[in-house]
Amino acid sequence: MSADTPINDDAGGVPTLQEHDVVKIPRGVRLREDKARGGWVLLAPERVFQLDPIAQQVLTRVDGERDIAAIVDDLAETFAAPRERILVDVGAMLADLITKNVLEVT
Amino acid sequence: MNTQPEARQSPSMQPPPIGMLAELTHRCPLQCPYCSNPVELTRKREELDTETWQRVFAEAAELGVLQVHLSGGEPALRQDLEALVASCAEHGLYSNLITAGVNISRARLEALADAGLDHVQLSVQGATAEVNDHIANLPGAFDKKLAFAAEVTDVGLPLTLNSVIHRANLHQIPDLVELALELGARRLEIAHAQYYGWALQNRGALMPPREQVMEALDLVEAARERLKGKLVIDAVVPDYYARLPKPCMNGWGRQSLNVTPTGKVLPCHAAETIPGLEFLNVGEHALGDIWQHSPAFNAYRGTDWMPDACQSCDRREIDWGGCRCQALMLTGDAAQMDPVCEFSPYHDEIQTLAVIDSSREDEFTYRRFARQPA
Repeated sequence: MSADTPINDDAGGVPTLQEHDVVKIPRGVRLREDKARGGWVLLAPERVFQLDPIAQQVLTRVDGERDIAAIVDDLAETFAAPRERILVDVGAMLADLITKNVLEVT
Repeated sequence: MNTQPEARQSPSMQPPPIGMLAELTHRCPLQCPYCSNPVELTRKREELDTETWQRVFAEAAELGVLQVHLSGGEPALRQDLEALVASCAEHGLYSNLITAGVNISRARLEALADAGLDHVQLSVQGATAEVNDHIANLPGAFDKKLAFAAEVTDVGLPLTLNSVIHRANLHQIPDLVELALELGARRLEIAHAQYYGWALQNRGALMPPREQVMEALDLVEAARERLKGKLVIDAVVPDYYARLPKPCMNGWGRQSLNVTPTGKVLPCHAAETIPGLEFLNVGEHALGDIWQHSPAFNAYRGTDWMPDACQSCDRREIDWGGCRCQALMLTGDAAQMDPVCEFSPYHDEIQTLAVIDSSREDEFTYRRFARQPA
């Protein structure tokens, strides 16, 4: 898969992402640990997204500097998992969060 | 009539709340006839001081609150707003400023942003100066709001536009969507008026006709689809014409709490309208103790308090019996099922009431402080 191949399906208004895209958590959205309930949350205006452990691993790597390829590389190495599979999952997750206005492409 | 729920042992440990509405003051330059504040407003000298609010924020964070909505009245009338925002930030609380946007200078907005403010929610009473300023009863308010919105996005803070919808502005919903886009808002709240307190007094001036409400719902739905990824549109539905009750507060004492300007802790902002409930004050109790043990919070928690028909209903943990305040107002008993529900014996009555009110031509009774006693 080359760096400019879309990594998710362009369906129903979902943004198309590529490996060299850089995403960031915009101002007004905050990632933090939720000690009272356990786990991590993404806080947005009037909304709280409770993150599963996978989403937490992905989002704690989103720093507005590393591109998606670098994040996927890191995850593949950390969890010794197939890169292709991680790329598809990460692409779908990021696209979903962009649609919900809690993540943006820089 | 039974508005005094039976004393009951409180469950051992309540899951922590997620959100807290901090009503910093009841003072406000606007006089909206649907204001969510109680009809009997609190004066400045009775308000909690800075240190007490800061302690409340620390206790809220400790308890598990994630988001604080700094509200009023107009919260910017508090001179210590920057210090209160900084306190939220210090404790990791997401701070949301709910403002009318007519009295915050650029310099003050920057100071609030520097203090760690996360988000601004700006109210508009209409999509044009004529409608907005009439409803707010403040000439010039609309222009100030537009200027303020531009400054919010310029400073880099995310903006939500909120508009309470009723008969006098229902026709402007498409214009409100356009306005939100023009102002660079990322979120729009279309909140149909909820008829408590001031709005209840003004029902004959505010209640829209049924067919217009249905048309408005379709318009909002279409705009939401069209603007996916660009503008989040949240709607509070007009429940008098509905078949099913709203999940009021997502359940009484389940996810959120409300602290009044004097420090009383309520399960919802209208809870004081229910007679016989005992509310605890942050001046005398820790917030965590209030959340766990306040008689008012435990009165309608969970499903045990519900009438039989609700307890055996599949939706009992979806709508949590609807709204207690509305049950009280329309049936005389806060422990009744919300009369909006089609299974309520009062259901037809409230639909008829809405139809009658929607055809009345009452003038607004504007929200004001009662005259000072001599």
